[in-house]
Parts: sequence; structure tokens; C-alpha cells
Amino acid sequence: MNAVPHKNLKTFFVDAVRWNLKGSIGFQIFRTLLLIGMAVGIYAYSFQARYGLSVTGMNDIVSWGFYISNFTFLVGVAAAAVMLILPAYMFHDPDFHRVVIIGEGVAVGALVMCLSFIVVDMGGPLQAWHLIPGIGLFNFPSSILAWDVLVLNGYLLLNALVPAYILYSHYMGRKPDERKYRPFVFLSIFWAFSIHMVTAFLYQGLPARPFWNNPLMGPRFLASAFAAGPALITLILAIIHSTTSYKIDRKVFNKLRMIIVISAIINLLMLFSEIFKEFYFPTHHSISAVYLFFGIDGHNSLVPWIWTSVSVNLAATLVLAFNPGKNNPKVLLPACGFLFVAVWMEKGIGLIVPGLLPSPLGEIVDYLPTWVELGVTLGILSLGITIVTWLIRTALIIEQRYEE
Amino acid sequence: MSSPKKDAAKTVIEDVLQKPSSRRLFIKGASIAAAAGSAALAASYISAADPASAGELKLRWQEFFKKNYRLMSPEEKNETATRLERLAKFQDNIDVQVGNEPPVEKVLYGYAFNITRCEGFMECVTACVKENNLDRKTNTQYIRIFEMEPGQLDPSTGDGQYYHEVPVEDKFYMGTQCFHCENAPCVKACPTKATWKEPDGIVVVDYNWCIGCRYCQAACPYYGRRFNWGQSEVPKEEITTKQHYLGNRKRPMGKMEKCTFCIQRTRKGKLPACVEACPTGARVFGNLLDPDSEIRYVLKHKKVFRMKEELGTQPKFWYFID
Repeated sequence: MNAVPHKNLKTFFVDAVRWNLKGSIGFQIFRTLLLIGMAVGIYAYSFQARYGLSVTGMNDIVSWGFYISNFTFLVGVAAAAVMLILPAYMFHDPDFHRVVIIGEGVAVGALVMCLSFIVVDMGGPLQAWHLIPGIGLFNFPSSILAWDVLVLNGYLLLNALVPAYILYSHYMGRKPDERKYRPFVFLSIFWAFSIHMVTAFLYQGLPARPFWNNPLMGPRFLASAFAAGPALITLILAIIHSTTSYKIDRKVFNKLRMIIVISAIINLLMLFSEIFKEFYFPTHHSISAVYLFFGIDGHNSLVPWIWTSVSVNLAATLVLAFNPGKNNPKVLLPACGFLFVAVWMEKGIGLIVPGLLPSPLGEIVDYLPTWVELGVTLGILSLGITIVTWLIRTALIIEQRYEE
Repeated sequence: MSSPKKDAAKTVIEDVLQKPSSRRLFIKGASIAAAAGSAALAASYISAADPASAGELKLRWQEFFKKNYRLMSPEEKNETATRLERLAKFQDNIDVQVGNEPPVEKVLYGYAFNITRCEGFMECVTACVKENNLDRKTNTQYIRIFEMEPGQLDPSTGDGQYYHEVPVEDKFYMGTQCFHCENAPCVKACPTKATWKEPDGIVVVDYNWCIGCRYCQAACPYYGRRFNWGQSEVPKEEITTKQHYLGNRKRPMGKMEKCTFCIQRTRKGKLPACVEACPTGARVFGNLLDPDSEIRYVLKHKKVFRMKEELGTQPKFWYFID
């Protein structure tokens, strides 16, 4: 702490960069891999920039694909940070207070990925300025997509600025003024629910798509997000615990497990309710669910996908609930990983593609992402992970020095 | 890499512009790619394969920053129409007339489709593709004709891919297209007000203002919208040169398009191409506000119905039976 006599905003940023460029060989290899991932993404996107979205697997019937699927899922991951923020700031839970910054870092990374997925999905990304109120023309409040643009950017701002203020105060060696940031924390809690509800309303508000036009969509989004998000945060905390000197208390993991289990059970309950509605007395409107779970006329590319997702989801939830390894991390951590992947499969492709199939005129085309979509997605994921590691590394070093 | 970063970025841009494949972008390594990537992408958006003249670049620049069509003054509308005509000359060496005729007063267009008469010849589809300069490469069609089994009235139960001699006995035919809903879900969905309902009832798209998010396509319950997944291709000698800003002019890549009731024809008092082409007289088009029009006669004297009426979209497109 006394190594740098004069600290200011400039040294804050310089130090952040300096800390992130240092690190073990393994860490450097990890960073290089992420850079290569981003380069692959840019290379793949250059094709899309020249030939348009025709290089993707999408078409007039399946008009949203892998990009929007990942976007939808990652909104959930971003919103899940609230599961740490709520206990940490509202209930002053001392265990969560030490890890809340990590949750916020994950939220920022997830939001950057969400916005990137939207941009790469746009046919005219150079016209994105048409969305900026003032110089563009914003269809507010009529268009839910306009709402989504507002809430996502607002949440990104809240989740970047509050931790930045707290970290900067700690960096300067003083206690952050709670009166200054507390209102924004409250706002961000409310906002976390809103980003996920608004994103659900994006789909829920379309009577043209009966599979999405379902009042359970919003609540189910929240439940699945509050299971998958904390599962991811658990994995990240475990990595931090085992690879850095920033030790995480066992109690944090136990509390996170409770959150995951409760959310996952509510999620499965609502899934069961949806399946009951679609299949007890199937109507015209159940046709998308039939396509998803059983296939129609030989079009059954999503059938193994969704059944894998549902069974993995069920198994992982049971393992987390009954805890057969008696808190053995070798059992619980893989369960978290499997749960995360299962929700990604269902809340991504498993939600978006069947909503568009069959088309309103009853036609079906099977959708498969092309290498361009996979490459761009790899690039965006690498970008997101890079951002998360940069933020968390900076935050942990500052926090550790402040604690000392 | 002894050259400064700026030069490196420049060579990558040139690389992208000149070569169909930009492998060097990949090989050059992550740091330069990250720095140059965005510039290279922007360049490949703005410029096609061949370098453009200064005059053309200026036109493109002005086109890029123009307003939403609805906010333009009549002068600005004329200016952009002229720019588009000049760009067509520059880029495709073709003389087109881009009109911007406003809606005619006291006119609200409506459409009726006689399912007793239609025999599935698809002359309407051909005429529509030709009139509206639809992409020949991906075979874009605004109109779909479904071969229906007796006892059904929902096109989703019909066959939209039939390829045999028509009419087939005991079958009937139903056409779909954009229904120009009075309460259009697509208009509500668009985040940038790039699609709207004109005073004469036609739902149009400002192709330049559209950002290509495709939310309107997800919102349409009738499969009425088509997206330009790549750059559309029409053989030069087949291009319809009498165009409208909101109608059949050349659509940019990555933008939404749809049936406009042939706005370039109907605002001049002509019939849409599909109506004119129909050999059986199954298609009726006219002014809903004119009590003596044929469409009003059909609505008054025939048994009519609309598709998915329960959604409350109020299509201005009726099916009827003789």
C-alpha cells in the first residue's frame, strides 16, 4: 500500500493494466487462448460483414438462431448477480460481501456478451445509431425491443459504476460512503429483475408465436437464471479459491447451493406445468412443443437436444438437492457445471428455435448453425471471459490489499 | 512488425477489399486483428469489391446519414430519390426512376381473394417477383399459394410446395401475402419506427432506416415479411425501372422487405401486379372508402372471412367464396 505514494484515477487504471499483464505461465497461456478465440471471431465475422447474414444457418422461417439464443441465456447470467447483491448489500451478509464483487464482474462480462450478440445478429449494425434517442428514432414505449435496449444498457452502467466506485475507494485506502452508493444498489436489484422480465416479454408479447405467448415465460426465465447464474458463479469462486490466495469461505458455497437448489426446483416445477398444458390436451398452439419434444414428419433435430437438457437438468438438480457426496466439491462442482449447460441448452436454442417452427403457415426447416455463427460465438465468449478475468483480477488484488 | 499500427490496419483493409479471402487477417495475429478488425469490417460494409469514385462515395455518405423517410421534408424526399437514381447509374449502370408519390386522399386500400376461383397457376407470384425486383438468387416470393384439402381453411394444413399440373380435382387454392393489418404487430414491434402504416393503409418499410433486427418478422402471424440475408440479385434486363422509395427499389443487404400492394403502381391508380396477372379473376383490389368499388361489393354481398381473426390484427385482406 505504501509502494505508491500518490494514488489517483490514472494510477488506478495503470495498476489495473499492470496487474493483468503479469501472471503465471498458465495464466498467460489462458489469456493467449482467449485472444486467439477473439481473432477467430473477427475472422468469421468478416465473412458476415461482406456476404451478410446469408452465411449463417438462418432463413426467413428460422429468422433468429444461435446468436439470439445465446443472448437470451446470457441475460439470465447477468441478472443472476442479484442473488449475491441482494444478501450482501440488503441483509449485510458478511460472507457474501466478500464475493459480491465477483458476481458483479460476471454480470458486466455477460452484459457485454449480450450486447455483442445483438450487434452481430443485426443485418445493419452500422445503422445501430438509429436506436440512440435524439439522433435516432426510438419506438418507445411501444416496442419491447426498445425497452430491452434501455434496460440492458442501464444495467451495464449500474453494474460497472457501483463496483468501480467501491473498488476505487478501497484502492485509495478509504471506506466507500454507503449513502452514496446504496440507492444505486437498490436500483440495480430492481433492475436485475427488469432485464430478465423485459427480455422474456420480448417473446411473451408475440401472439404470432403461441410457444412464446405464455405468461409463465417471465417467471420461468427468472427461476432458470437464478439456478444457472449462481451455478456459474460457484464454479468461478471454486477456481479463484484453488488458484489464488483469495480464499472463499465454505459458508458461501453452502448458501449458493441453497439458492441454486430452490431456483432449480421452481424451474422444473414450471417446466412440468408447461409440458402438462401442451400435452394433456394438445391444440393448434401446441405444435411447436410437439416439434421440440417429439419432432414432426421426420423433422426432429431438436428432440435429442431437449431430452438431453431436461434429463441433465433433473439429474443435476437432484444431486445438488440431496448432496450425496456430503459437500464433496468433486460431486457438487460438476453438478453445477451440468446444470449450467442444461439450462443453456434449454433457454437458448431450445427456446428460440421451436418458437419459430413451424412457421405461421405450417412450414418446417431444420436449423443448424454454420461455422461462421460458431466462430463469431466463440469470439464473443472469449471477449466476455477476458473482460470477466480482467475485472476480477483487478478487484481481488485491490480487495486483498484493502483487507490487509 | 516494424511499421506503425496505422499502416498495419491499412494493409488489412486493402487486403479485405482486394481479396475474396482474408487469410492474412487471421495469420497476422491477435493484436493487429483486434486493432484493425473493426476498421476492416467497416470498410467491407461500405465498399463493395471495386473501388468507388469520389462522386459515388459522396452520395453514399449522404445516404448513410439521411433521416427516417417520415421525417423528411418533400425536398429531402426528392433529394434522396435523386441520389438513389444516380447511385443506380454508378453501381449498376442502369436508369431507374425512384418516385415518392404520397398517399392519395380518401383512399384506403383493401384486398379480397376468391378461393372458389383460384386454380393455383401462380401467375400472380411470377408477376410479383418481376414487378417488385425480388431476389432471384434465393427465390424470394411475397405471395405464397397453398393447395388445400376440402374441409380445411387454414393454409398451414395445405401444401405450399406443390409442383404439378393444376388445378387438381377436389383441391382448392389459397394465396397469402402481407395482409396490411390495421392493427399490425410488426409496426408495434419495430424498435426504430422503420416500418409503419401509411394513411392509405399500406404497411411499408424504410429500407435504409431498418437495422435488420428481424423482430417484426418474429411478430408477424402471417409470414408476411422477407429479409435480405445477402445482397439481392436481379438480372439487369429484368429490372423494373419504375420504382418507389417505399416499394420496389433496390433493397440493401440486411434489411427487411415485404409486399407493398405494389405502391409504385397503386398510388398512380393502377392495380397491383398480382391482380393484373391473375388469369381467373380471383383477386380483387380497391378503395375501401369508395362505396361503389368492387371490393366494397365483395364485402357486402359475399361470405368473407379473414385469417387468424382471433389475434385482433384486422387484416385488410379478405377471403371469399362465390
